[in-house]
Amino acid sequence: MHSQIEQAIAAELYGEPVETEDSPQSSAIIGKLSRRKFLKISGGGAAMALAMQIVPGAAMAYDPYPTGAEGMPNGTVVDPHVFVEIAPDGTVTLTTHRSEMGTGAKTGVPMVLADEMEADWSRVVLRQAEGDEPKYGNQDTDGSRSLRHYLQPMRQMGASVRSMLEQAAAKQWGVEADQVIAENHEVHMKDGSKKIGYGDIAAEAMALEVPAFEELSFKTEDQFRYMGKGEVPMYDLHDITTGKARYGADITLDGMKFAAVARPPVVGARVESVDDSDAMKVPGVERIVNIDGSMPPAKFAPLGGVAVVASNTWAAIKGRDALKIQWSDSPHGEYNSKAYAEQMRATAKKPGKVMRKVGDPDAAFSNAARVFSQEYYQPHMQHAQMEPLVAVADFKDGKLNIWAPVQSPYGARTDTAAALGMDAADVTVEVSLLGGGFGRKSKCDYVIEAALVSKEIGAPVKLQWTREDDIRHGFYHTTSVEHLEAALDGDDKVIGWRHRSVSPTIFSTFVEDPLHTSGLEAGMGLVDTPIGVENLVVESGEAKSHTRIGWFRSVSNIPRAWGVQSFIAELAHDLGRDPKDMLIELIGPDRKIDPVAADMKELWNYGEPYEEFPNDTARLRGVIELAAEKAGWGKDLPEGEALGIAAHRSFVTYVATVVKVKVGADGSVAVPEVHMAVDCGFCVNPERVASQMEGAAVMGMTLAMHSNINYENGAVTNSNFHDYPVVRINSYPKDVHTHIVDHPFAVHATGVGEPGVPPVAPALANAIFAATGKRFRDMPFGENVG
Amino acid sequence: MAISIKVNGEEHAFDGDPTMPVLWYVRDILNLHGTKFGCGTGQCGACTVHVDGKAQRGCLLSMESVAGRDITTIEGLDPNGDHPVQKAWRVNNVPQCGYCQAGQIMNAASLLENNPKASSEEIEQQMTGNICRCGCYQRIQAAVEMAASEMEG
Repeated sequence: MHSQIEQAIAAELYGEPVETEDSPQSSAIIGKLSRRKFLKISGGGAAMALAMQIVPGAAMAYDPYPTGAEGMPNGTVVDPHVFVEIAPDGTVTLTTHRSEMGTGAKTGVPMVLADEMEADWSRVVLRQAEGDEPKYGNQDTDGSRSLRHYLQPMRQMGASVRSMLEQAAAKQWGVEADQVIAENHEVHMKDGSKKIGYGDIAAEAMALEVPAFEELSFKTEDQFRYMGKGEVPMYDLHDITTGKARYGADITLDGMKFAAVARPPVVGARVESVDDSDAMKVPGVERIVNIDGSMPPAKFAPLGGVAVVASNTWAAIKGRDALKIQWSDSPHGEYNSKAYAEQMRATAKKPGKVMRKVGDPDAAFSNAARVFSQEYYQPHMQHAQMEPLVAVADFKDGKLNIWAPVQSPYGARTDTAAALGMDAADVTVEVSLLGGGFGRKSKCDYVIEAALVSKEIGAPVKLQWTREDDIRHGFYHTTSVEHLEAALDGDDKVIGWRHRSVSPTIFSTFVEDPLHTSGLEAGMGLVDTPIGVENLVVESGEAKSHTRIGWFRSVSNIPRAWGVQSFIAELAHDLGRDPKDMLIELIGPDRKIDPVAADMKELWNYGEPYEEFPNDTARLRGVIELAAEKAGWGKDLPEGEALGIAAHRSFVTYVATVVKVKVGADGSVAVPEVHMAVDCGFCVNPERVASQMEGAAVMGMTLAMHSNINYENGAVTNSNFHDYPVVRINSYPKDVHTHIVDHPFAVHATGVGEPGVPPVAPALANAIFAATGKRFRDMPFGENVG
Repeated sequence: MAISIKVNGEEHAFDGDPTMPVLWYVRDILNLHGTKFGCGTGQCGACTVHVDGKAQRGCLLSMESVAGRDITTIEGLDPNGDHPVQKAWRVNNVPQCGYCQAGQIMNAASLLENNPKASSEEIEQQMTGNICRCGCYQRIQAAVEMAASEMEG
């Protein structure tokens, strides 16, 4: 089973009651378990976890904390021999085991190790790890987890190597280890009498026993060389600017063939007949190979279809386009986006399954002087990462070697092995750079396709998806209707709150016909709502899935923030209140929400122990106020300009967005300024955090204005950037300012790849309303602006 | 008859499918992988190359249409990768995933070779042909403006 699924299932498991002797009533939530209990449950496999049981000694520079890392498949590995090599010339080779798709994880994670071991970054070489989680620990690069989970293991390994280098130098000089100190790629006598380069003692140092965690000393924050500075550029920067950086399609093997695949237009349809006579006439086309599809649920299996194998990519695509295929009917052949939206809206008007209930919402709504209610829609969306899917596979003598841009190389390895009936030990997966991922490259259907074709033709193959393939055969971001109600008393005080979400679940890709949003998705802005109204109910309405649904950057946080943050601004307008004040008032007093008292039974806290990563409304209020202050909220603006605000906690990071819009004389709307305030705990790399926030502003604006995957009779009608447009440079948010809340290391670092996106669309819609009086409740609304 | 073409200063002869786009010729036949496939329809600019010094979409240019022409790919833009646009890209830490960047750089370089005094508006207009899904636009704009001021001297 793929690690993604295991993660999802783990989420479900953690949502199940776990009886503990010391806190039975808090049993529903892992975060409520005491630290001691957490350690017992997480088992003895982790040095980090063991370390928790030890009172930090004087050598420590920080108090280690548990994260969800140990709950991930294959956990973490803290053996420096796996990640660090030091050559005699001093070159330090660090293994980077997370995939690089633009977030900076490839550089940022090993940079922590280099900092802690006092390595000079200019003498560091990075080696991209192959897919091997038993060796490296979890490699599934999604969920904004890379730094959240690997900051501490990287520090531990860095401190270990630094200690080993110091011990080796001390031994060589015949002194005690406390008389020497490692600094910037050299070990010195503290009295300045001697020094030696890392390369000169590497062999001796690396032969020493790796120190136990409690023997390590860590750098203090003022000693950080790279962490928190934002001065280390991404490792591949130079190669990217010169065309040397290697992505999935840039792998070439001797004797390699090229393939393109015709896939069923409707999920679940099969090939009934193929006429390949025209395809075989295309110069360069060599063979036709059938690919079996899977029975639903699809998981990450190929859709099935017909592959055309050729001597170059162009011939393969041309040959593929010349195939004449009769497809069978599919049970999903009547899926139509417009009709389905109406169906979801009808469901949203009826009571749903109660997922969280606080106080007496029924009484609040029946006693209300009036009820303010609105509904918000969001269609399916597709990742449209710049690099279309591609994989190179070479099946030979019972072994399979794969080169591919994958977010989860070990998941791709085990899933592909299973699909071919092989032992994972006979499969390797080498990871190239990813030309964007956004969740699509977590699903390895394209890798399995390449492997099947290579096995069939007995030669290495590069299997290339076109843009049309990518847009029409995705794992789509789910569609949703978010229904919000506020019960108001005679004084316009909000006394009741209802949020009903209707949205087909990601789990439909893995299990047969689930009808409700999962615990994992409910934890993304539904049951974990920070709204502090005393009578509150959260519900899910039934929605059956008719396509492959999958992770898309920020996942269900997008529709939830869209609904809730638009609704609050609408309510504020209705009551004649300032939207920012209303937002802060509804969130209520600063508190770490007690998940038991708040009835968050099925809380999915992104896999993190709740005690360590609580839902802290003070931090949410903090980013709202920071973004508002920096954007000049409340100040007079020139005619035609207005601000909109939205905030959302996701992936245990807090982000608030203020968008400024400017209405032109012709009614056109421009976005001259965006302020992104982010609280991600200790910030390891402020420069990449800013780049992620800038990118989130652009992607959020694309989703709000343009993104609409449309189904007719089960098939996606979009095909390329003309009918699935994205924001271009002429319409992007012009000046995106990132404001990072400054925290010491003690405030746990959290990820930023996803959390920037959710608040952008509602902030934009709220700003457009403030400027024009036009309210958008259906995404995307670009065609209706101006 | 074989098609003669110059790529990054080297002469080549091609006797394959004359409708093959330059994109696939440089990638699959010459193994020059810096030029990227993004959409195949001229909408994203990831495949931008220079034809006789002018930015063109490699995915729409058939080999027969460029017979006898002089093609430059990202690999041939500057021998040391130090074209002012490339340098400005690095100073501004422009890329995220990086996949579209070669096309962006080739388009910007062509604009500035032909119009070193390009205004912010002209830069925006030219760069509108190139999509960056990661959303690096603000840094792209800053980098092209920086390169413009260097090239203008």
